[in-house]
Amino acid sequence: MNTAVELRDEIRETIEPLRGRQIVLIPALQAVQEKFGYLPTEAFEEIGELANVSANTAYGVASFYAQFRFVKPGEHMVKVCLGTACHVCGSSRIVDALERELNIKEGETTEDEKFSLESVRCFGSCALAPVMVVDDEVYGQVTGPKALDILKKYQ
Amino acid sequence: MNFPEIQSKANADWKGLWESDKPLIMVGLATCGRAAGGNATMAAIKDELAQRGIEANVISVGCVGMCYLEPLVDIVKPGRPRISYSHITREKVPELIEDYLVNDNPRPDLAVGTIGEDSVEGIPKFWELPMLKPQVRIALRNCGMIDPENIYHYIAQGGYSGLTRALGMSQEDVIGEVEKSGLRGRGGAGFPTWRKWKEANRSKATPKFVVCNADEGDPGAFMDRSVLEGDPHAVLEGMALAGYSIGTPNGYIYCRAEYPLAVKRLNIAIQQAKELNLLGENIQGSDFSFDVQIMQGAGAFVCGEGSALMYSIEGKRGMPRVRPPRSVESGLWGLPTSLNNVETFANVPSIIVKGGDWFAGYGTETGKGTKTFALTGKINRPGLIEVPMGITLREIVYDIGGGIPEDKPFKAVQTGGPSGGCLPADLLDTPVDYETLTKAGSIMGSGGMVIMDTDTCMIDVARYFLAFCVEESCGKCVPCREGLPLMLDILERISQGNGQPDDIERLQQMGKTIIGGALCGLGTSAPNPVLSSIRYFREEWEAHIRDKRCPAMVCKDLFHYEILSKRCVACHRCLWSCPTKAITGHSLEAPVINQARCTRCGTCVTVCPARVSPIAKYTGKGIATSDEPQALEEVTVHG
Repeated sequence: MNTAVELRDEIRETIEPLRGRQIVLIPALQAVQEKFGYLPTEAFEEIGELANVSANTAYGVASFYAQFRFVKPGEHMVKVCLGTACHVCGSSRIVDALERELNIKEGETTEDEKFSLESVRCFGSCALAPVMVVDDEVYGQVTGPKALDILKKYQ
Repeated sequence: MNFPEIQSKANADWKGLWESDKPLIMVGLATCGRAAGGNATMAAIKDELAQRGIEANVISVGCVGMCYLEPLVDIVKPGRPRISYSHITREKVPELIEDYLVNDNPRPDLAVGTIGEDSVEGIPKFWELPMLKPQVRIALRNCGMIDPENIYHYIAQGGYSGLTRALGMSQEDVIGEVEKSGLRGRGGAGFPTWRKWKEANRSKATPKFVVCNADEGDPGAFMDRSVLEGDPHAVLEGMALAGYSIGTPNGYIYCRAEYPLAVKRLNIAIQQAKELNLLGENIQGSDFSFDVQIMQGAGAFVCGEGSALMYSIEGKRGMPRVRPPRSVESGLWGLPTSLNNVETFANVPSIIVKGGDWFAGYGTETGKGTKTFALTGKINRPGLIEVPMGITLREIVYDIGGGIPEDKPFKAVQTGGPSGGCLPADLLDTPVDYETLTKAGSIMGSGGMVIMDTDTCMIDVARYFLAFCVEESCGKCVPCREGLPLMLDILERISQGNGQPDDIERLQQMGKTIIGGALCGLGTSAPNPVLSSIRYFREEWEAHIRDKRCPAMVCKDLFHYEILSKRCVACHRCLWSCPTKAITGHSLEAPVINQARCTRCGTCVTVCPARVSPIAKYTGKGIATSDEPQALEEVTVHG
């Protein structure tokens, strides 16, 4: 486990290449999330300093956008598409089945930090609807029972 | 190298690839192809060729739009036309290579069509296929045809000759050509492109900006993604032409964070174009310089709105502001900015090369040229299409899309996503055009087109879009922030069977108020899906409210499942797989569903062997416990 000082150093190192650019704040938030999987609280002061805004403003911007996470995600990220085509083809049943199986709600992480469950609005793979994505692997035409089978591969 | 030299190298490369004595294999590797297993197919092809010691040119191409046939593999053998093969999963690769490459059997059973002048017995012509024949490809002209990561492929198709031609024209002439074409904004609003450019051109303030809106947020649309992934240079060339017309070297692309492949390919394309001096300083020795930077969005639907998008680029919350001033007067950092959509830009190079009159030859009086649509939902041939404006919805659904699966009745087509509306079957002959769709109660939108059959509940669809807008509302103005959740409350109540008799009028009233009072495009269009649904499917709304009945049997509180003991073979698969243990029974007997425990998840229907289909859905009176299902109003048997 990193100490707070080490964490800050690592954050600073991650965002340093953006110094002096015209567009800094959102790319810096994205860079930190890319590196850590989420935005640690320490990041906002560092990013704010770089982008010349307060940590509060940096947090305010981050919380506006759906992309940013503020808690550490689980080992595997399970995303279910709730785009229009997937919805019409029954993707909410996939979410129901996964929520029940993992015993968490959408947006949460299991206690053993193995799985995080998120819903996404359209991956653009509408022809394969309904779609579920685990890490970077895309699964098409998923049903509730099929989703649970897929989950087993990662357990 | 000057441009003619670049062109002759591109043409020689392209010709070499096609006329080589080695076979050419093309694998569709856009996001849709990858999702269907395209990467595994690619790896399997390379393995198989290596094992057999066959030399071949293997390249990846973008999406040709036939998503239902992915993974698609095209093979060109010397002296033969290009043959397109569908559903080539990893497992099918060895047999295809053995049969066609080794034994010269073109496998018509796996083939979709041939591309090129010659034909192969037993295989239809690709562009004559029912899905493709009514289409006209301008924005998608290169998608699926070239390697998007190779600039020479784009140039060999005439790429960048529009830009080099424009460099010898005056700014007014370039804008004039776009004016002649009648091109209007393809993001959905339909503002004439030339007018935007002309106003930005006239503006005295500097620096100016060209911004490409690639924040495709409609949850059910992927046209822009396919263009960016399949033909990124077309967008860059279109942007450079806008930059030249307006007189600015500054270009930005605001791209959705969910599109990593598009961003990767754009970065490669920008790099390649700079190396050949088709972007960058003093393009091809002229006074004109143009550079493009990519800004990745962070997941906010409202950022598709012009002013919100620009705030987002500036690193602020994407909250729209009051307009006017419009962004051509005060855009990015308060400076003149021309904001156009991906597809709009992709159309421009062809307009400059072939002339505005050529483009205006397609389409209708008010809508010139073509429009791309992402055709999805309950349709036999989902995919990406490009059609001339004025084509009817019926032609799109039945000729191109091949109709509804299992020959179920068509119920509605949704265009324009969360800002649009649902049109019913009797409007299927409506021509697709900005004005006609708006008049019918929907909008053209950016191009999402979701087809619905009788298993789709219109209240559920309206609730879905409204919930989307509630989640995506930025919260700045009251009608949108407070009004939409109140409308959603009513919709939820209706779908739970607690609708009030005056709910329909109340929703219409609230919708009107929000449309009149909200600040930006998101708010003023968010009630559309509800209002159009009430307008065309009022009976269904009344069935929910008055009869507590969901005719499509989607609203979970308004239908239930029962097992018909006469048909059941007592295999008990449903009993074992029921996640809430709502199904009980003894061996050799048909099990029974405990309605109080059942969550209507449908797992029992999924696991039940289809040939017996004993699980029936009921909606109507006596939902909670019913001893006499036959007496109920609606009976549908699964399977």
